[in-house]
Amino acid sequence: MRKLLFEILVKPPLTEDAPVVDNAALAELARALERAARKRLGRSLAIRQVDAGSCNGCELEIHALNNAYYDLERFGIRFVASPRHADVLLVTGPVTHNMREALERTYAATPAPKWVVAVGGCARDGGCFAESYAVAGGVSDVVPVDLHIPGCPPRPVEILRGLLALLS
Amino acid sequence: MSEIRTPTPVIDAPSLGELLQAGRGVVKHRPWPRAVVDSDTWILAAECLTQGSVSLLGFWGEADAVHMALLDEPGAAIGVLSLACPDGQFPSVAELHAPAIRLERSVQDLFGLQAIGLPDARPWLDHGRWGFRHPLGNAERSPADAPRYPFLPVEGEHLHRIPVGPVHAGIIEPGHFRFTASGETIVRLEERLGYVHKGIEGLMAGADLARGAELAGRVSGDSAVAYAFAFARAAEAALQVEAPRRARWLRALMAELERLANHFGDIGAICNDAAFALLHAHCGVLREQVLRTADRCFGHRLMRDVIVPGGVAHDLDPDGAAAIKTLVAESRRRFPQLVDLYDNTASLQDRTVGTGILKPQLARRFGAGGFVGRASGRTFDARRAPGYAPYDELDFQVPGLDTGDVDARVWIRIHEVEQSLALVEQILARLPAGPLREDVAAAHSAHEGIALVEGFRGDVLVWLRLGAGGRIERCHLRDPSWFQWPLLEVAIEGNIVADFPLCNKSFNCSYSGHDL
Repeated sequence: MRKLLFEILVKPPLTEDAPVVDNAALAELARALERAARKRLGRSLAIRQVDAGSCNGCELEIHALNNAYYDLERFGIRFVASPRHADVLLVTGPVTHNMREALERTYAATPAPKWVVAVGGCARDGGCFAESYAVAGGVSDVVPVDLHIPGCPPRPVEILRGLLALLS
Repeated sequence: MSEIRTPTPVIDAPSLGELLQAGRGVVKHRPWPRAVVDSDTWILAAECLTQGSVSLLGFWGEADAVHMALLDEPGAAIGVLSLACPDGQFPSVAELHAPAIRLERSVQDLFGLQAIGLPDARPWLDHGRWGFRHPLGNAERSPADAPRYPFLPVEGEHLHRIPVGPVHAGIIEPGHFRFTASGETIVRLEERLGYVHKGIEGLMAGADLARGAELAGRVSGDSAVAYAFAFARAAEAALQVEAPRRARWLRALMAELERLANHFGDIGAICNDAAFALLHAHCGVLREQVLRTADRCFGHRLMRDVIVPGGVAHDLDPDGAAAIKTLVAESRRRFPQLVDLYDNTASLQDRTVGTGILKPQLARRFGAGGFVGRASGRTFDARRAPGYAPYDELDFQVPGLDTGDVDARVWIRIHEVEQSLALVEQILARLPAGPLREDVAAAHSAHEGIALVEGFRGDVLVWLRLGAGGRIERCHLRDPSWFQWPLLEVAIEGNIVADFPLCNKSFNCSYSGHDL
């Protein structure tokens, strides 16, 4: 472990050395997000993620926001375990009939002011599952949506950009 | 979980071939045979399952029939038995063979066929919220009143229940876990799934192949490649088309990249659930590098919609190949350090060793695939047997352990990462040139195809019937999780509640793949 920790000390952080994503764009996002978030919410934005029926693709990319390349927490954005601690519900998937009540109850448990961000093509209108007997529709068919981030699934940087749009 | 019953000895258990011969063979079913059998043979097959001479590979329904796919593991043979249900019922296989219980409950929910003798007749996928019952059979209206689900009773002194979900505390899929604990110790876990049931098999009916491939690639996002691969192979088997050689190799390349990304993610996440964040951070970096390389090479981080019936929709250019070579070199440089760290951190090992033990006997009985099976002595791998192109030309090993704990499931993933890195190198070194796609012409009559593809989680089964004009009449997609979820209930018994996330992550079953 010592060798690994030493390497971390002497090497530049990956967060600034992202190989594919445009560093300038990420930094700009970070600055802008900081300004907007501070204005409304101090320095913190608490997100509760709800899978209302997704294929788990969106979850994978939301997870990725926490890795060293995106390091979501440096923007003051973090995922919380309970809707009662949340400012934002990040909802994925078409809303299945079997998840509808759980989503409604999670929304009801979130204190105001609150925002709902629908992530992914399915969350807009049910996507490729829209016509199914088991699907209630998009997220806005069940709870009010403030922002939609398209993609199947959206790339992590697109999700980050979306959260910025909500705040500014 | 019911107790393990002592298998009733069957004298001279028939072989899979004999079971198939006892029925009427279906002509246009490829590549493995299907036979329509009578109820005596059906019950005989259930007895063979109990005895362990064959294992259950899948169980699905239609409006007026039920099917089960069987695997003869030593002989690497696969066959499908079908039973017509003119009076809307069939003899339960689950009565003799517990792994079929949830599959039969689902058949009852979706098609309205009744499994006679099914030991657990509660609904499974149907939560009473669709507004009607039996959506894929003779649908009948019912009030969407969501009746209370009767969990199994647990009796005893000083027991308490902990309900968890469907909305969990992390970024994970929805499912309900009902724990009964005595102090810290879990006495029983009962799962309730079906929350993300999207009715994919209903959407498949009547769809064309392109739409079918789109849906198949969205059954479980982490296995987008494996599902598209299995669906394409089933369609190609039905239509007797072979994907061009380069396409076959590119498919395997993507499948191995998907395996790498998921295993890196899982190894890190398991350590994170034991509060060892350092490995999580480093494994997260490796995973991200795989996804970015996949994006660079195939235009999508999860490589979704790249595998299509007939071939692949995206070629790999020389720059992409170079990027993958760099990825492999970087992974080979960084990963062994992380493995050392895992191996030499006593506090971490203290959490994983001896936790969540799955006995080999149960893994075998349930036909558990992937790391769950391999960590408990069942080394089945669809790439090896029955095998498919191009793995027959590639050199790789299937790791196996028999301790069956969280630690073993981590080590299986570590060994599989090493194998996948070697496979990616072999594929890049020998990637054949040539066309990417074969025409998939619509058939003039009904054809059926079946395919088994090894995803990162285990073997994915796709069964497909195409009608005249190339429309899908029925498509069944069976996730490996079906035979892993029930085992989690057993593995967790006697462990402490705080170790559940660790055990659950080491299984990493798919909710979406299971719920469909």
